[in-house]
Amino acid sequence: MSYTILEKKQIAPQVHLMKVLAPDVAKAAKAGQFIILRIDETSERIPLTIADFDAGEGYVTIIFQEMGKTTKQLAKMSDTDVLQDFVGPLGKPADVQKLGTVILVGGGVGIAPVYPQVKAYREAGNKVISIIGARNKDLLVLEDEMQDASDELYVATDDGSKGHHGFVTEVAKKILDSGEKIARIVVIGPPILMKVAAGMTAPYGVETIVSLNPIMIDGTGMCGGCRVSVGGETKFACVDGPEFDAHKVDFNLLMSRLGLYRSEEAQCQEDHNCTCRSGN
Amino acid sequence: MVARQLMPHQDAKERARNFDEVALGYTKEQAIAEASRCLECRNPKCVQGCPVNIDIPGFIAQIKTGNFGDAIATIKLTNSLAAVCGRVCPQEVQCEELCVLAKKGEPVAIGRLERFCADHEREKGVVTPVRTQPSGRRVAVIGAGPAGLTAAADLAKAGHAVTIFEALHDTGGVLTYGIPEFRLPKAIVREEVDYIRQLGVDLKVDYVIGKIKTLEDLRGDFDAVFLGTGAGLPNFMGIEGENLNGVYSANEFLTRVNLMKAYLFPDHGTPIKRGKRVIVVGGGNVAMDAARSALRLGAEEVSIVYRRGEDELPARKEEVENAKEEGIVFRLLTNPVRILEGENMTVKGVECISMELGEPDESGRRSPVPKEGSEHIIDADIVIIAIGTSPNPMILSGSDGLKVGSRGTIVVDGSARTSLENVCAGGDAVTGAATVISAMGAGKLAARTINDYLMNN
Ligand SMILES: Cc1cc2nc3c(=O)[nH]c(=O)nc-3n(C[C@H](O)[C@H](O)[C@H](O)COP(=O)(O)OP(=O)(O)OC[C@H]3O[C@@H](n4cnc5c(N)ncnc54)[C@H](O)[C@@H]3O)c2cc1C
Ligand SMILES: Cc1cc2nc3c(=O)[nH]c(=O)nc-3n(C[C@H](O)[C@H](O)[C@H](O)COP(=O)(O)OP(=O)(O)OC[C@H]3O[C@@H](n4cnc5c(N)ncnc54)[C@H](O)[C@@H]3O)c2cc1C
Ligand code: FES
Repeated sequence: MSYTILEKKQIAPQVHLMKVLAPDVAKAAKAGQFIILRIDETSERIPLTIADFDAGEGYVTIIFQEMGKTTKQLAKMSDTDVLQDFVGPLGKPADVQKLGTVILVGGGVGIAPVYPQVKAYREAGNKVISIIGARNKDLLVLEDEMQDASDELYVATDDGSKGHHGFVTEVAKKILDSGEKIARIVVIGPPILMKVAAGMTAPYGVETIVSLNPIMIDGTGMCGGCRVSVGGETKFACVDGPEFDAHKVDFNLLMSRLGLYRSEEAQCQEDHNCTCRSGN
Repeated sequence: MVARQLMPHQDAKERARNFDEVALGYTKEQAIAEASRCLECRNPKCVQGCPVNIDIPGFIAQIKTGNFGDAIATIKLTNSLAAVCGRVCPQEVQCEELCVLAKKGEPVAIGRLERFCADHEREKGVVTPVRTQPSGRRVAVIGAGPAGLTAAADLAKAGHAVTIFEALHDTGGVLTYGIPEFRLPKAIVREEVDYIRQLGVDLKVDYVIGKIKTLEDLRGDFDAVFLGTGAGLPNFMGIEGENLNGVYSANEFLTRVNLMKAYLFPDHGTPIKRGKRVIVVGGGNVAMDAARSALRLGAEEVSIVYRRGEDELPARKEEVENAKEEGIVFRLLTNPVRILEGENMTVKGVECISMELGEPDESGRRSPVPKEGSEHIIDADIVIIAIGTSPNPMILSGSDGLKVGSRGTIVVDGSARTSLENVCAGGDAVTGAATVISAMGAGKLAARTINDYLMNN
């Protein structure tokens, strides 16, 4: 199969947005789900969250950060190029309900996957408070879109170049301390952020949901490579998740398993850089 | 009695370090010599042992006279995946077990002859099948494994418009993601699939039913549906340490190696951990394949840890022998108790307990019981769990009314019909993990049922 890239643009340093023509996926997609793509015959299969979709136009939007070989190669592609494989929608949709006031937190490239949920929670009739954060203001993505989709938007940067000087979890804590009744917090971002958030919200007893990002291959429950430990039970994130109750997740295991191929990835990157240089 | 022709093999030492095919296939002369051993029984038993009823004496007689083209045509009347079956069928418990010669000595090497015919045809160029007059009816087949491919081929031959929906990016099911290159070259699977495409079957990969569309949707869009979704969900043992880095399900290990070609990393982007000391838990074909793959990835020692004895090993005999020749260590009557943690949540070893065989269990096999105080530790940096798989439940979302048994298997009647009208099922999804040929047999049966249904409605 092949899937045409309709649009590709850089939206922050090393962060790119891509609209991919995949009408059947777009028709079935729901907030919280993801796709798995493969650039060509020799590429890895990588999972990316569905950041937006348009069933009418038949496209799915993905937003990704350059991490290693595959995402760097993806970043070099442009409009009209084709991806060999684009499978989805995978995973369970987010459990969006009318609950009252909901806080949605997106950290770094986690802002992209949180965006469709902001829209979905708002549509379901919730008051949505969004908090987005990044290392510095240049790395903040989708700020305008988030502003439009949310009832309130807070920004945090590690270096204080915009909004709160510090972490998104600190902003969330302030809201919880203000006494406003919060029905649920959804946090998507790097595992360490989700771990800290889970620890922060636990004493408040607020339901906290995270979207886990373990290493995946098939995304259909066939390999178990994506297994995570939730409440002492082993779950396959690709079919049982990717969303789980943050207070039950074993984040240390998640982080350790994410590092499994670090040495191989480094080797792969070196090779990739070499090919790039010789190509110039 | 003339002795059975030996199968030429790649040298054991050499092949243990490459992914090229192990068994090299008969030459023409060998094939004719082996075929000539057939006694042409008036009442051939071998055919009864074949789940797809190949006219075995018929094609063997054609080989004898050098009519290889006719021989493959005879096979293809009932088996559209001859090159695959000739390589992976457990003939010793099927056709060859019933061969009269087996009583006195060695049976005719039916499987190797089947393989020879298919390979001979492929070398010469496969004859393009003639397409049948369209019936105007549409059938959806879910899963492109042996069950789905066989059902699709038969339905297409009957003139129905068939669309296969496959979740992965490639076709073949276990033939592609599970069974390694050195036992079943992927080029062969691809050619078999191309043949099915030439019959007019439309193949849609990257298409997960239950996610992109539901079974209910397909029942609306098509006149009938066949479910050949396999048993792809890996079982774990539930012992301590199973989530450590370096513990793989056999499915993940083999998928990385076969489907994603991790043995060609970094030319292919998917990595795999190459262990020095690898333990594979289990004794079936899957365990043998995982162990032999780990060896080829460069491991110094690979052990099979199996809780029963040699006679109980469920793997094909030929593959057990191949594995031994290559230097796989068999630690039989041994069962893992827990996986030991090393630095950074990696694997350091496996604590095992010795077993002895007790009374036969309900499967008729003598059940293993732990020997008290026999705990011991085997060092390992990679552990591969190959203790079986269950039916993939993905298909079940959005298919209310589809009756499923206690182990997640789809319930069917004697004609492959499920509890839903116009939906049939077969293969591992119905039986749990079994064999290629039984999946194909089920695909054929379902195709007949569906064809009858379409002709009468
Ligand atoms: C359900 C899910 C949704 C995701 N959504 C997004 C998203 O919307 N935007 C985004 O930028 N990233 C997302 N990711 C992460 C993204 O898949 C990885 O960054 C990407 O696979 C890295 O591949 P690489 O070859 O570029 O880097 P590599 O150099 O191969 O790896 C860099 C790091 O990425 C992780 N990784 C590597 N391979 C995989 C893999 N096959 N699956 C998952 N993680 C892997 C590892 O932790 C690794 O250390 C998501 C992951 C999951 C599981
Ligand atoms: C490593 C290994 C070695 C083996 N060795 C042998 C051997 O030597 N001899 C032998 O006879 N047997 C062997 N077997 C067993 C044999 O391969 C299986 O019994 C056979 O493949 C079953 O065929 P199937 O068509 O029922 O299922 P599968 O081959 O499992 O195919 C099912 C297909 O359906 C797809 N699918 C599942 N769910 C969905 C969905 N919701 N939507 C779309 N597609 C879906 C899957 O991706 C898969 O491609 C082995 C198995 C393994 C794993
Ligand atoms: S990615 Fe293979 S089971 Fe989840």
